Amino acid sequence: MAKRVGIEVSIAIAEAVKLAQAEVVAAYPITPQTHIVEHLSELVADGELDAEFIPVESEHAALSTCCGSVAAGARTYTATSSQGLMLMSEVLYVASGMRLPIVMTVANRALSAPISIWNDHQDIMTQRDCGWIQTFAENGQEAVDLTLHAFRVAEDRKVSLPMIVNIDGFTLSHVIEPIELPDQADVDRYLPPFKPKYKLDPKKPISMGPVGIPEVYTEARMAHDQAIKNAKRWIIKAWDEFEEVFGRRYNPVEEYRTEDAEIVLVTMGSISETAMTAVDKMRDEGKKVGLLKIRLWRPFPGPEFRKAAKGAKVLAVVDRTLAPGASSGPVGEELRTVFYKVPGAPKIFNFIAGLGGRDVTVERFEEMVDKAASYAKKRPKELYEVIGVREK
Amino acid sequence: MIPELEKFKGFSAKRLPKEEGLASGHRGCQGCGEVLALRMVMKALGKDVIVCSATGCMEIITSPYPQSAWNVPWIHVAFENAAAVASGVESALKVLRRKGKLPKKHIDVVAVGGDGATGDIGLQWISGAFERGHDMVYVCLDNEAYMNTGVQRSGCTPYGAMTTTSPPGKKSIGQVTWKKNIPQIMVAHNIPYVATASPAYYLDLMNKIKKAAMVNGPAYVHIYSPCPTGWGSRGEKSVEYARLAVETKVFPLYEVIEGKYIVSRKITKPKPVSEYLKGQRRFRHLTEENIAYIQKRVDEEYEKILRLAELT
Amino acid sequence: MAVQDAIIGWKTITHGCHVLEPGSTRHFKTGDWRSMRPVVDKEKCIKCGMCYIFCPDMCYSQTEEGYYEANMDYCKGCGICANECPKDAITMVPEEEE
Ligand SMILES: Cc1ncc(C[n+]2csc(CCOP(=O)(O)OP(=O)(O)O)c2C)c(N)n1
Ligand code: SF4
Ligand code: SF4
Ligand code: SF4
Ligand SMILES: [Mg+2]
Repeated sequence: MAKRVGIEVSIAIAEAVKLAQAEVVAAYPITPQTHIVEHLSELVADGELDAEFIPVESEHAALSTCCGSVAAGARTYTATSSQGLMLMSEVLYVASGMRLPIVMTVANRALSAPISIWNDHQDIMTQRDCGWIQTFAENGQEAVDLTLHAFRVAEDRKVSLPMIVNIDGFTLSHVIEPIELPDQADVDRYLPPFKPKYKLDPKKPISMGPVGIPEVYTEARMAHDQAIKNAKRWIIKAWDEFEEVFGRRYNPVEEYRTEDAEIVLVTMGSISETAMTAVDKMRDEGKKVGLLKIRLWRPFPGPEFRKAAKGAKVLAVVDRTLAPGASSGPVGEELRTVFYKVPGAPKIFNFIAGLGGRDVTVERFEEMVDKAASYAKKRPKELYEVIGVREK
Repeated sequence: MIPELEKFKGFSAKRLPKEEGLASGHRGCQGCGEVLALRMVMKALGKDVIVCSATGCMEIITSPYPQSAWNVPWIHVAFENAAAVASGVESALKVLRRKGKLPKKHIDVVAVGGDGATGDIGLQWISGAFERGHDMVYVCLDNEAYMNTGVQRSGCTPYGAMTTTSPPGKKSIGQVTWKKNIPQIMVAHNIPYVATASPAYYLDLMNKIKKAAMVNGPAYVHIYSPCPTGWGSRGEKSVEYARLAVETKVFPLYEVIEGKYIVSRKITKPKPVSEYLKGQRRFRHLTEENIAYIQKRVDEEYEKILRLAELT
Repeated sequence: MAVQDAIIGWKTITHGCHVLEPGSTRHFKTGDWRSMRPVVDKEKCIKCGMCYIFCPDMCYSQTEEGYYEANMDYCKGCGICANECPKDAITMVPEEEE
């Protein structure tokens, strides 16, 4: 029987990696990812997980090492955050272009300067286009479940792409939650052994990572784009199977009290929990407010999102990153594109909130909803607004 | 003596392996000494090998999609990280073998990089891999500049050499620094095997690669690799320059086995460095005075190696 | 670059751009890079194989009689073999002269 325990989310993620029987873990410490890899190194040291734990000398090396191990046929995991993700950046693009199914947890954190160890989504949003499948977890249970799901999807021969599970640093990584840790037998049923179609093998030599001349490069990129778009089907199918085995249901976009909602908040990650509380409060006050939570970020589930947002008149989209000089935040921009020239599309207002560890409280969500309601009547001057910023 | 090396049998000119790790049709320049060195490396390694290449000339000329010159499994990820990629491959083989998912048969894991990939941008990745003790061979093919990007200087570019970023001018003689000593940096990692080699001495080169592959743990072989395109030398002279570099003491051949220095070819009657420098456009601008300085420094550096061989 | 310059389609390009055929550069003949070709004088040849081991393009193979012959499909005409032959048995001759 699966057991429900009070456990720190980072530890639970490491336990999920153990349940997935990862064979190579290469990682470099950075707050707030550290507890995940510390626990994994303990599991390996204690013989509870039969894997090679490689304490590399940098994040760039971590992901480079992962490229080598997965290409040689081993189930491979890593985790990082913030500056570490930036250092990895070069290799992120290589890993996905080479279709290497690595699974990585990113404990989302702000970027320097000024240096900040606290949570927002600036790290991962710089890697928006790195060609990895990306999901966002809302709570500890999801963090565990999405980790198992990530191995299932990434290694599926029909997908064969690397996958990132985003968890909010501290607000998720360091909290103790009641989490159901699945049974090994169930995990084994859900997650078949890793059998890549291609690997480095002297019996059948292939070359990986060749030069792409102009006569092939566009086609290579197109193939990658199509692969990640097609992956959506298998991502959803793997969630269907997850429900069958473990009884919990996941969708690309989750709806919360959206029936008859006129103003709908859009969130990603752990702030969704506070957002639900805020929605409940506003509903109690008779406001027709709902919430859409984006779980699948890449490939972006456009049709699913449009369907989920049907009937909404206004979307208040929360971004947890500030893109200096851009027209709006990445999520805001994405949704404006998704609804461009769609008849009956909702009005979209973009709010930047919760940067570098600043709390996004119930009151802040109420503020965003109120502002969105008033902007719907009178267009604001700016395309986005930073919430809770002090002027003097 | 390292126990693994007790079984070592050298190659002989009469019985060279027929197999080639690399196929013809690669896009290396005429007379490329780097691909020649790589060919010898692969010949020594045989079939049971996985190669991890760094970005650079050798990677570019051997992998023009949809073709590849590699007859063995090969992976290229980026410029600076071949040693990390090799760490991953080696670890994967280890765990898969332990779990019974791979046959016990040994597979050599080899990382290959140019002097830029090795001594400059990738030094940290190699240092990490060596410190962790992965069982791999790292081969540096040193053509003394960043050739792939158009002959820019590297830390391994020799003193006085002209490159596109160390041009001689009114205020400069070209490269103003002495060649960075990468093999010595590797020795400092206390790895079991370090060697220098030259394609002119092909049996010595192949034997060193073979030993490097046989020892458990990290091994490093630094190979002098003439580049006619970057040096402004004649293609047919590539092997000749590789030989001259040794005969003039410019590039000493030695091994460091568990910290013990062994000079492979003691040069008792050295040729003057001027003989090596002439005919290479990169040194054409050097004055007698410059050459005298180079001669003096080359002699000193060689002496250091001899002294290390005595001391260890 | 025009669409028709593409040499492979996005549906047919290999998974992750892996090259599945080992040693496939052999389909590319580098012989036409050459302006000089090596000619071996069998009278002088002592079958030492130096030409074979020093060719950067793996051109030489041994014939039944033990001589070495360079494959002109790949020979780039660099002249290393001629330079290294201990018996000066190899001469580089301009391509046109045959
Ligand atoms: C991170 C990064 N920086 C720079 C480059 C450009 N670059 C590619 S190869 C190369 C030089 C290679 O020099 P070396 O390692 O000596 O190999 P060679 O081409 O001389 O054989 C450079 C600078 C790159 N590919 N990646
Ligand atoms: S530039 Fe130099 S090293 Fe590169 S392929 Fe040409 S000759 Fe070889
Ligand atoms: S190097 Fe000269 S002597 Fe030796 S085998 Fe070749 S042609 Fe004959
Ligand atoms: S000329 Fe150069 S490429 Fe041609 S056979 Fe001789 S060594 Fe090989
Ligand atoms: Mg170089």
